[in-house]
Amino acid sequence: MQYFTEHKWMQFVALLVVFFALVMAIDPATGGNLWRLQETRFWLLPDVVNDGLKFLIDDFWVVETYDAELDIIEQSTMMKEFTRYLSGVVLFSINLIRELLLGGVKTVVAFTSWDFISENEWARIPALPWPAVAAGAFLAGQYLGGRNLSLLAGISTIYIAVFGQWTPAMQTLSFVLVAVPLSVLLGLTLGIIAFRNKTFEAVLAPLLNVAQTMPHFSYLIPVVVFFGIGDHAGAISTVIFATPPMIRLTILGLKKVSPEVVEAGMMSGCNSRQLMFKVLIPTARHDILIGVNQVIMQCLAMAVIASFIGAKGLGYDLLVSLNMLKIGQALELGISIVLIAVVLDRLSLAWAKKQVDYFADVPFHLRHKYSLAFVGILIFTSIVAYIASMAFPDKANYFYFIHESQGLTTEKFWDSIVDWIITNTYDSVQSFNFFMITSILMPMKEAYLSMPVAATLFLVAGTGYIVGGLRSAIVATAFIAFIALTPWWDRALITAYMTTFAVIISVTIGCSVGILCSRSPKATKFMLLVCDTFQTFPSFVYLIPVIMLFGVSDLSVLIAVIVYATIPATRYTVEGLSNVPKSLQEAGSMSGVNRTQRLLKIELPLAFPHIMLGINQTVVFSLFMIIIGAFIGTDDLGQLIMQSLSEANGMGQGIVLGLCVAFIGLAVDHLINTWAEQRKRVLGLS
Amino acid sequence: MSTSAQRVIKCESVYKIFGANAVKILEQSGGKVDTASLLEAGCVIGVSNASFEVHKGEMLVIMGLSGSGKSTLLRCISRLIDTTAGDIFIDGEDLLAMNAKELINIRRNKMGMVFQSFALLPHKTVLENIALPLQAKGISTRDSMARAMDMVNLVELTNCENDFPRQLSGGQQQRVGIARSLAVEPEIWFLDEPFSALDPLIRREMQDEFQRLQSVLHKTILFVTHDFDEALRLADRIAIMKDGVIEQIDTPANIVLKPATEYVAKFTRGVPRERVLSCKAIMEEYDATATMSDVTVSANAIIETVAGSVLTEQNPVAVIDAEGNIVGALNRNIMIDVLFGETNSMPVNN
Repeated sequence: MQYFTEHKWMQFVALLVVFFALVMAIDPATGGNLWRLQETRFWLLPDVVNDGLKFLIDDFWVVETYDAELDIIEQSTMMKEFTRYLSGVVLFSINLIRELLLGGVKTVVAFTSWDFISENEWARIPALPWPAVAAGAFLAGQYLGGRNLSLLAGISTIYIAVFGQWTPAMQTLSFVLVAVPLSVLLGLTLGIIAFRNKTFEAVLAPLLNVAQTMPHFSYLIPVVVFFGIGDHAGAISTVIFATPPMIRLTILGLKKVSPEVVEAGMMSGCNSRQLMFKVLIPTARHDILIGVNQVIMQCLAMAVIASFIGAKGLGYDLLVSLNMLKIGQALELGISIVLIAVVLDRLSLAWAKKQVDYFADVPFHLRHKYSLAFVGILIFTSIVAYIASMAFPDKANYFYFIHESQGLTTEKFWDSIVDWIITNTYDSVQSFNFFMITSILMPMKEAYLSMPVAATLFLVAGTGYIVGGLRSAIVATAFIAFIALTPWWDRALITAYMTTFAVIISVTIGCSVGILCSRSPKATKFMLLVCDTFQTFPSFVYLIPVIMLFGVSDLSVLIAVIVYATIPATRYTVEGLSNVPKSLQEAGSMSGVNRTQRLLKIELPLAFPHIMLGINQTVVFSLFMIIIGAFIGTDDLGQLIMQSLSEANGMGQGIVLGLCVAFIGLAVDHLINTWAEQRKRVLGLS
Repeated sequence: MSTSAQRVIKCESVYKIFGANAVKILEQSGGKVDTASLLEAGCVIGVSNASFEVHKGEMLVIMGLSGSGKSTLLRCISRLIDTTAGDIFIDGEDLLAMNAKELINIRRNKMGMVFQSFALLPHKTVLENIALPLQAKGISTRDSMARAMDMVNLVELTNCENDFPRQLSGGQQQRVGIARSLAVEPEIWFLDEPFSALDPLIRREMQDEFQRLQSVLHKTILFVTHDFDEALRLADRIAIMKDGVIEQIDTPANIVLKPATEYVAKFTRGVPRERVLSCKAIMEEYDATATMSDVTVSANAIIETVAGSVLTEQNPVAVIDAEGNIVGALNRNIMIDVLFGETNSMPVNN
C-alpha cells in the first residue's frame, strides 16, 4: 500500500484500469446518464444568456433621446446609446488615421456635411505619398534599432507598395493603430487598479484566464450583437481580445519592481500618484513595453479574423481570395500580413529594449533629427508626387500611389506552382490523405466518441487527484462537467481528439528538434530566432500554404495546427535545456558523464517542468488553431461557433461554445501548471 | 554627545510582529504583548520590546546578523512598515499617529534614507535621481537641478551627473544614493546596510567618505549593518540585536570590554582592542610622586595610535584631557597587556 501511495505511476495505472473497465461496462444503449448526460434545464443556458443580453440592450435603463434631424423624441436604452457613441468614436478614429494614410473625405464630412464635400472639391485629406511612408519606416527602424531594422522596415514597406497592396495594408495598419493604443491604455489602467487593489486582482485573475483561452471567434459574436458589423466592431473585438495580456504584463512588471526602489520613492516623500507615475511605471517600463508588443501581435492576429465581421484590410482580402480558392493571391496577401507583423514586432521590441537617451546639451536640430528628416522627406516626396501627377495626368502616378491593378504580381507564378502540385502530387497526396483519415484519424475519433461521459469524468477527476489532490480534482472535473452538461459533448470530444492528435505530433517534433538544437549554442540561438519569427505570424496565415499543398480537408487543418503548435513545444524545450544551471553541467562533467548520460540524467529532468509548460502552451495553441480551422471545414465545436456568428440568436450559443473550448484549455492548464509548480519546488527551481 | 542633548528619536517598547493573527491576538490580550502565545499562533517576531533614544548629532549603529530584525526596526522608525505595538516619537511628535499627509511631509523635510541595493531609478540620470525628493516636494526643475548639482559635488561625482546608474560602479551608485538621501537636508539620516553590497576596498573608502560627510553635516543617524568592524569604526553607540531583541546598547568601548550577554561576547572575542579602545579606558591613576616621561597622550586617542610612543618610554606616560590636565597614566606593562594579553581579562576603567 505504501508503495502504491509513494509511486504516482502506479496510481495512474490503476486509474487507467478503472477507466477502461468503465468504458467496457457502460453500454451506449442502456447507459443513460452514465453514457451521455440527458437533456436538462442546463441546455437552456444559451437562451438565458441571450435573453439577459437582449434585456440589457432593449429594455434596461430606458432613456429618451432627441433626434435633431427628424425633430422627434425617441425611446432608446442606455446600452444602445453607449454602444452607438462608442462605435462612432472608434469609427471616427479609424477613418481619421486611414485617411491620413490613404486620403479621403469622411473625416471632413464628420465636421461638415456631404453637400459641403460635393461643393468643395479641395475639402479632402490627401493621402501620404507611399515613398514618404517608406522613408518613415526606414527612419523609425534606424532610430529604434539601427541599420538592420531600418532595412527590414523600409524594404517591407516598399514591397507592399510595389506589389499593389497599399490600400488593404494601410487599412489594416490604421486598424492596428487605433486598436493598439486603446488596448494599451485599457490594459495599463486595469493593471494599475489590480496592482493597488487585491480584491480587484482576485476578481480579475480568473476572468483573464478564461479570456486568454477563449478562441478568437467567440469574441466576435457578442461584439456583433452589441456593435453591429464593420471596422469599428472589428476594432472593438480586437481591443477586447488584446487587452488581457497587457493587464497581465502590467501587473507582473509592477510587482517585479524591487521593494527597495519603492521604499526609496516613499522616503523621497512621493505621494501615491508620484510613486506610481514617477517610480513604479518607469521602473517597470521594460515589462510594460513587452506588453505593448504582445498587444500589437494580438491585434494583428485578430485584425485578420475580425474581417469575418466586416473589418476591411488585408484580412478581408485574404478571406475573399481563400473563399474563391485563389491561392496565389492569398499567398501574396499572407506575405504582406507576415511582413507587417514581423516589422511591427521588431520595432516594438527594439523600442522596449532601447534605453532612453538624455539630451542635456544637444541642440534642437540634433535632438529632433529623425522627426526633421521625416518632415523634409515628406515635403520632398509630396513635391515629386505633385510634379509626377503633371507629367502623367491620365496614367498611374507611381510616385504617389500604386493601385492594386498596377502593382507587380507573382500571383500567376504561385498559381502555376499550385497547379503543378495538384497535377503531379494529386495521387500521392490523396492516398496519404486517405490513409491518414481511414487508418488513424477515423479510428481515433471513433474511440473518443465511444467514451462514456462517466468514464471521462472519472479519468479527469482521478488525474486531478493524483496530480494536485482534492482541490485539483474538483477544479478540473468542474471544467469538464460544464461541457458535459451542454448539448455539445460529442463536438467537444471531436475537438479533444483533434487536439490530442496535434499535441502528440507537435510535442514529438518540438522536443526532438529542441533537444537536437540544444547540443550547440549556435543552433539554440538560431532556433529561438526561428520560433520568435514564426510566432509573430497571425495564426490564420498558417492555413494558406496548407490549403495550397493539401487542399481542403480535415487533415490539412490538422497539419496547420501541428505546424503552429510545434513552435511553443520547440521553444520551451530549447529554453528549458539551455537554462540548466551551469554549475550542474560542470558537476556532471567532473563526474565523468558522457553526452547521453548528461542529457538523460541531468538536463532533461531539470528542464522537464519548463518543457511541460511548453506542452501546456502547445495545447492552448492547438485549440485556437483548431477553432480557426473551422473556416476550412471541421465538425467540432469550431464549426458551431462559426455558425453562431451568422445566426440571429447565435450569441448565447456562441458564448457557451467559447466557454467550452476555454474550459478544455483551462482544465489542461490547471493540471500541468499544478504539476510543474510542484516539480519545480522539488527541484528547487522556483 | 551628551545626555543633556536634545532627543531626536525616541522608541518605547516597539514591537513588530508578522503574521495574520498578530493584531487579533494583541487585541485579545488588551495591547499587552505575550511572546509565547504569539509564537504559538504562528506569528514571527521581527522586533521585540525595543526602547531607546537617539540624540541630536548622534550616530547609533544597529548591528545584527541576518534575520535579527535590524532592518525591520529601521523600517518601523521610518514607518515604511507599520509598528504592531509601542510608541515612536520624532522630535517629540508621535510618528505612529501621523496620517498619510503628515507622514509624506515629515519624509519630505526631516528624513533621508540610503538602501543596501542603492535603489536608484534605472531610467533617470544621476542628477535626476538626486533631484527626485526635491521634485516630489514640488520644487521647480531649475532650483532642484541646481541643488542636486551641489549634492553631486558634495559626494564627489562631478562630471558623472548625466550618466545613468547602469554606467556607474557600485561605489559611485551608492554615492548617488547618499546624495539623494541628503538632497532635502534631512535632520535624520537612515542608512540600511549602505556598504554591504560593495567590495571590501571600496567599502573602506566609502566608510572614510561617510565619516568625512558626517564630520561636516552632523546628522542624527541610524545606521544598520551586519559588519561588527564597521559598527565599531563608525558608531557613537551600538545596539546589538538578536532575534528581534536588543541584547545590548552601549558605546563601542563598553561593548568590547563589558559584553552584557554571551551572544555579544561572541562578537567581541576576536576584536583587536587596541583599535577600538581609547587611552582613558585602560589608564591607571596618576601618581604625582612618580617620575613621568616627557611624552603625553590624549585621553581620547585610540590605543593603537599611541602604543609605539608609550612602549619606547622607560617611565609612565601622562594621559591628558582636552584642556591639558593630567587625568591618568599609562606604562609599558599596561600597554603590553592590552596588546598581547588574554582577551576580556583586562581590568578597565569605565
